[in-house]
Amino acid sequence: MANLTLVQAINLALIQEMEKDDRVLLLGEDIGLNGGVFRATEGLFQRFGGDRVVDAPLAESGIMGTAIGLAMGGLRPIPEIQFEGFLGPAFDQLTNQCARIHSRTRGGLTCPLVLRVPVGGGIHAPEHHSDSPEAIYTHTPGLKIVMPSSPYDAKGLLISAIRDPDPVIFFEPKRIYRAFREEVPEDEYLVPIGEARTVCKGEELTMVSWGATVMQCMNAIEQVDCSIELIDLRTISPIDMETITNSVRKTGRCVVVHEAPKTAGLGAEIAASVMENCFLHLEAPVQRVCGFDTIMPYYKLELEYLPDAERIGKAIVETLAY
Amino acid sequence: MDKIETEQNMASTELPHVQLGKAPLPESPILLGWLRQMLLIREFEVRTMQAYQNRLIGGFCHVYIGQEAVAVGSIAAVNPDDPIVLAYRCHGHALARGMDPKYCMAEMFGRIGGCAKGKGGSMHMFDAPHHLYGGHGIVGAQTPLGAGLAFATKYEDEVLHDGKSQHVTLCYLGDGAINQGAFYEAMNLAGLFNLPVIFILENNRYSMGTAIERGTTMASELHTKSAAHGINHAIVDGKDVVSMYQSFKSIADWCREESRPFFVEAQTYRYKGHSMSDPRKYRTREEEAREEGSDCIDRLEKFLCDEHDLTTDGIKQLTRQVKTQVREAVDWAKNSPETPMDELYKDVYVDHWGPFTGTSKPEMLQGEDE
Ligand SMILES: Cc1ncc(C[n+]2csc(CCOP(=O)(O)OP(=O)(O)O)c2C)c(N)n1
Ligand SMILES: [Mg+2]
Repeated sequence: MANLTLVQAINLALIQEMEKDDRVLLLGEDIGLNGGVFRATEGLFQRFGGDRVVDAPLAESGIMGTAIGLAMGGLRPIPEIQFEGFLGPAFDQLTNQCARIHSRTRGGLTCPLVLRVPVGGGIHAPEHHSDSPEAIYTHTPGLKIVMPSSPYDAKGLLISAIRDPDPVIFFEPKRIYRAFREEVPEDEYLVPIGEARTVCKGEELTMVSWGATVMQCMNAIEQVDCSIELIDLRTISPIDMETITNSVRKTGRCVVVHEAPKTAGLGAEIAASVMENCFLHLEAPVQRVCGFDTIMPYYKLELEYLPDAERIGKAIVETLAY
Repeated sequence: MDKIETEQNMASTELPHVQLGKAPLPESPILLGWLRQMLLIREFEVRTMQAYQNRLIGGFCHVYIGQEAVAVGSIAAVNPDDPIVLAYRCHGHALARGMDPKYCMAEMFGRIGGCAKGKGGSMHMFDAPHHLYGGHGIVGAQTPLGAGLAFATKYEDEVLHDGKSQHVTLCYLGDGAINQGAFYEAMNLAGLFNLPVIFILENNRYSMGTAIERGTTMASELHTKSAAHGINHAIVDGKDVVSMYQSFKSIADWCREESRPFFVEAQTYRYKGHSMSDPRKYRTREEEAREEGSDCIDRLEKFLCDEHDLTTDGIKQLTRQVKTQVREAVDWAKNSPETPMDELYKDVYVDHWGPFTGTSKPEMLQGEDE
């Protein structure tokens, strides 16, 4: 066991998978010699060399497309895009190519790659460097989407993602890259894709979140005096509706919390599914606590934009009082 | 050398061989104005770094120290209504185009008085009345915008006014940006549609931590990339404001006359890190010292002292002036109110709609077009 931050857990998972399987290789901007903008790939270039830790030119479409070619060619590429905002230039390759290789070849080819992307706000970064675009990619059939909220899950999910036969976007919440440490086993272990984690059990209300906002939910729960069940999705696509459904059937109330704008965000999808699956169990409308339907503000206002314990607490109280 | 030759030195390309005369130098007061602008930009950037360290500025922040001659020389060579579009290292160009430093500083401070109402920060310098079409944070994204701006002026001049192209657009990009697909699409469009745009590659030799040879093919012959699109080119010493100006004057005239694009590689160097937190492990301190040894400001000062009667006292006076101006800009920015939360719902859409409160204008633009 080692006491690691989330970014260290990612680094460790990459090392272990690269040691195990020499078809695993990394490519991205400044990931090699310089160790990556968030230092997630620190030391890997020195350890595995430039053939396997490839410093790519500033060209996201090229990086993404090349990774697809590598994957179709039988390798296990792990491209990195430095910030979620730079997925823009890679968008075509990701949604029109990567997501569809398997279905367009009617199963003839697979595209096993893991696209690592730092995501979300809370680190004083500007526009284009603080967004939460997970819903856009969830709306793209063919992609699996993962977002850990802890170092333990980060390592286990990343190993699962690397071994997964389908393309996986591995969103890394920047805000908690170094926010806290956790015991992470040295040995390899898998956290399965598609399984949510019940962070704490409760009877009166179900709260659903993922990524950095899980921590905000925990803060909120500490401040209210009621029994809340917190579900960390961990995998956003495919979403673990079973865990959510079972919980809401028990509690009758549900609050969804995410950083991304509210309109057409994943909260809407979850609320609709809860309505479909738990209609007769519901005691209150499903509430959403989200970012606003605006462009992510400059750093001074970002903490007001991002859901915090106070806003989450208010939604809890309102939902319970309904 | 009194001719800028845009080479046709590759047997495989068939570009028209353009011989451009070097434009004459303007009078001393104008040259002094360039020095003042370069000093202003440098002082502004030094104070920007300080303010960042003092946590008055957050987000990401990229300073222009070392590259001042590129913006000042090229912008001086075109008309005030020629459009300019930029990447994210954009404070210097904004000041060179005439933005009051206080609006630029307030923007980075996240204050309502900023040119984008304190909602964008360092990479968001926009000044529509000065035809400054912005800093853009997505690397390379500004290059098709440059083609489009040139298309707009061409349409205006040639279609709507039934005349000749009167305008030329300056579109700046870095040596990292040259690897983005968008740039190749932009060059092809500009070449195909005969758009009067100058793509200015500010080659400071690094894209974040990646030295140009590590990320770019043909790193010592970047002009071959424009040649592939039938676009003429020039290579200019980007640390020499005089040669920047003279080259750009002739190139801009040619672009207007021919209504054609151009590609200029301005060879320069960024003295500081990529952003505020960059230990610069990817290059040596010796290299930096060598590059700083041919500083653009020192060179212009020397030229003006040798040939235009500038004195050390004159330099001191200019330095004092810009220090005062920047101090005032910092004070103004500090006193500008913090951008309030309700600003988030402003300016998302032009019209009122649902929670969105329509357009508002930064203080900088108040009184414009009214
Ligand atoms: C599409 C995109 N990819 C990556 C980045 C991150 N990034 C910002 S600046 C930069 C380097 C750009 O270098 P260059 O174009 O040479 O400009 P310079 O910093 O030298 O002015 C990178 C990789 C970005 N902002 N946008
Ligand atoms: Mg550069």
